[in-house]
Amino acid sequence: MTTQYLLGNEAIARGCLESPLHFVTGYPGTPSSEVIDILRSLPERDYYIEWSVNEKVALENALAAAWCGQRALCTMKHVGLNVAADPLMTSAYTGVTGGLVIMSADDPFAHSSQNEQDSRCYALFARIPCLDPATIQEAHDMARDAFSLSEEFSIPVIFRPTTRICHSKGDTILGERVISPRKGEFHKNPQQYVVIPAHTRVLHKKLNQKQPLIKKALLAKGYNQARERGRVAVVASGIAASYVQEILPPDISFMKIGAYPIDEEWLGEFIRKHERVLVIEELHPVVEEAVRQVAGCVPVHGKKDGMVPYEGELSTMAVAGIMQKCGITPARSFPETVPAGDLPGRPPILCAGCMHRPVFYSMRKVFKDGIFPSDIGCYTLGLQLGAVDTTICMGASITIASGISHSGEEHEVVATIGDSTFLHAGIPGLLNAVYNGARMILIILDNRITAMTGHQPNPTTGETACGIATPPVSLEALCRACGVAHVETVDPYDLTSLQAALKEARERLGVKVIIARQPCVIIARRAGIRRGRFQVDPDTCTECGLCIKFGCPALEKAGEKAYINDLCSGCGVCAQICPSGAIGKEVKR
Amino acid sequence: MSRSYDILMVGIGGQGIILASNILGEASLIEGRSIRGAETHGMAQRGGSVEGHIRIDGKYGPLIAPGTADLIIAFDMLEALRYAHYLAPGGNMVINSHVVIPTSVFMQGATAPSKEEILARLGSGRTICLIDADHLAEEAGSLLAQNVVMIGAASWSMPIAAESLSGAVGRLVPKKTIEINRKAFELGRAAGKRCKEGSKET
Repeated sequence: MTTQYLLGNEAIARGCLESPLHFVTGYPGTPSSEVIDILRSLPERDYYIEWSVNEKVALENALAAAWCGQRALCTMKHVGLNVAADPLMTSAYTGVTGGLVIMSADDPFAHSSQNEQDSRCYALFARIPCLDPATIQEAHDMARDAFSLSEEFSIPVIFRPTTRICHSKGDTILGERVISPRKGEFHKNPQQYVVIPAHTRVLHKKLNQKQPLIKKALLAKGYNQARERGRVAVVASGIAASYVQEILPPDISFMKIGAYPIDEEWLGEFIRKHERVLVIEELHPVVEEAVRQVAGCVPVHGKKDGMVPYEGELSTMAVAGIMQKCGITPARSFPETVPAGDLPGRPPILCAGCMHRPVFYSMRKVFKDGIFPSDIGCYTLGLQLGAVDTTICMGASITIASGISHSGEEHEVVATIGDSTFLHAGIPGLLNAVYNGARMILIILDNRITAMTGHQPNPTTGETACGIATPPVSLEALCRACGVAHVETVDPYDLTSLQAALKEARERLGVKVIIARQPCVIIARRAGIRRGRFQVDPDTCTECGLCIKFGCPALEKAGEKAYINDLCSGCGVCAQICPSGAIGKEVKR
Repeated sequence: MSRSYDILMVGIGGQGIILASNILGEASLIEGRSIRGAETHGMAQRGGSVEGHIRIDGKYGPLIAPGTADLIIAFDMLEALRYAHYLAPGGNMVINSHVVIPTSVFMQGATAPSKEEILARLGSGRTICLIDADHLAEEAGSLLAQNVVMIGAASWSMPIAAESLSGAVGRLVPKKTIEINRKAFELGRAAGKRCKEGSKET
């Protein structure tokens, strides 16, 4: 046993290794990605591990391994569970032999997400257990124990940490790694694995019969606890329980929910001992709805009476405010503060030398009135450059573009999508657009890596999660196979060719694909690629500001003149933009 | 209920706040103390404003509330001002005396406050120690060591022994940079001492 200061996701990975673990799949997504990144980089791996192409693919692979008796982990962010929802719902019916744990990381406040959906609702919907840790230690322990829970009830388990668990740190007590190999064996059983109507009706009944037993077991395992201390009670779940515990007055009863489904009998008994109950949880009122169902005439405060917000994340200070509104004096008070006003913001920005920037710049030049559907990735930051008009979910740049084109909208539609996102969910949309005769241009921003989530390899990279070489997929061949007649590959650092390719595509009918290819500048730097920096000749600079508007963080103003700072990676695009030839390769003196 | 000692680190993605947070965590472990931390990961790091919360002796949630930080370590003066309201009355600020102007300011033709304006707005009610961490890190051998310089400078304010901090530095930085980082810590610590003794900028 050792104690280490660990990132939540590392504690989760270490917990899984104490289970033991045989099979790991997932698709990167903040805040979940580090779990697989840690597991794939360990020197001794006695488990199969892959970065899958998308979450549905990941879950089906993991489900198969669990059917073969192995303990399988499948990781994703909350919106990834939408993609995997199809196998999820029916895997609850078929059940599993080996433990199957689906880690779906929620993101209250949408720190890096397109919405604030609550994975606990999926667990209720699918009627499978859900574990919701309040601390990093608990995340570690729950990850370790979730596999045996899954095996005990032959049912997949959702493990649902939030951003403030995944990306927080704390001192964590670790156990020993358990190495216990299991060779997968598939035992044919059509009544379980072939969900024709006659079979699935029986399986559904079995799933429902498991529910009361699961509720009792979760209670017995101590995930849900209550302490009676007064006439008023606070009920909290997940990390909100940690916030409450820091400031809970000694005369207030406390119930902590860490696992679902909740045993209603136990819940009701506790609630009805109190005069008033306050339920504090992030996102959907999952606990509150359960409390209200059993509360009888006990008044319940929470989201439904406006005391707790439905959206965003909580904090100790937010919880103190909620308690105060409900007539509970928190054990600690927080001062009112005023942030410094009117400071310039510092949002995240595409890197100096990023290949996406010249593409967005050129789109704006060539298609002045164009409509620009885009997608999920670093390149969503193209919003700042006026080149992103829509983003909704993985792969939707293509389908939104074809939908706009078919709607009768007459402006040119130019969609952008990254290599990983295209492979994740873009291919069916492209196939559909060609099949149904859309008129649009698709630019694939191909930097050969899943960059935004921390540079995970994908089928364009040429290596697996474990660094084993594989043949990189040809995006050109894929697009042609979908029926695209016009596929052009360009170097985005070469503005003349890039813009000529865009102009040519504009003149053609149907679906046109342009593949803009350069490695991610962070990966290039790590690989030791040095292009040499550029500099501005102040005597030639006319202070026109065109290079500054390009928005590269390596370009600053020194007085009114442009100046290139040491972030420059040498892409040379600004030298092509400068109308007076003032920018050139740095001359060493 | 025993209070934690709460440190907020702020700066710009890429300045090494995650490693700095790990050093404080490791130093707390060396002393057998509990610790909670939270930090910005993912795309938000790409040149954006980032924060790292560290609660020494923390046992509950990782987030520090505005108005309650015992110490703010700022890797950039503009970020120091952005987060100054997090400081508790009587708290300390250790600030790297540099400003990286956000690219959007240049693009929009807007202006950013000057160092003098930032200092004036930070006001006199706070104990501020300005450190030229870039310069000291270069003196130690690498600009990348500015995060360790900052920890050295702030070590006078923290309830953790300097030996624990430098021990944590030795455990966590890459092997071939241990000497550079040790030196960075010592230079930072010396600069912090000059602050403590009343010099305004070191």
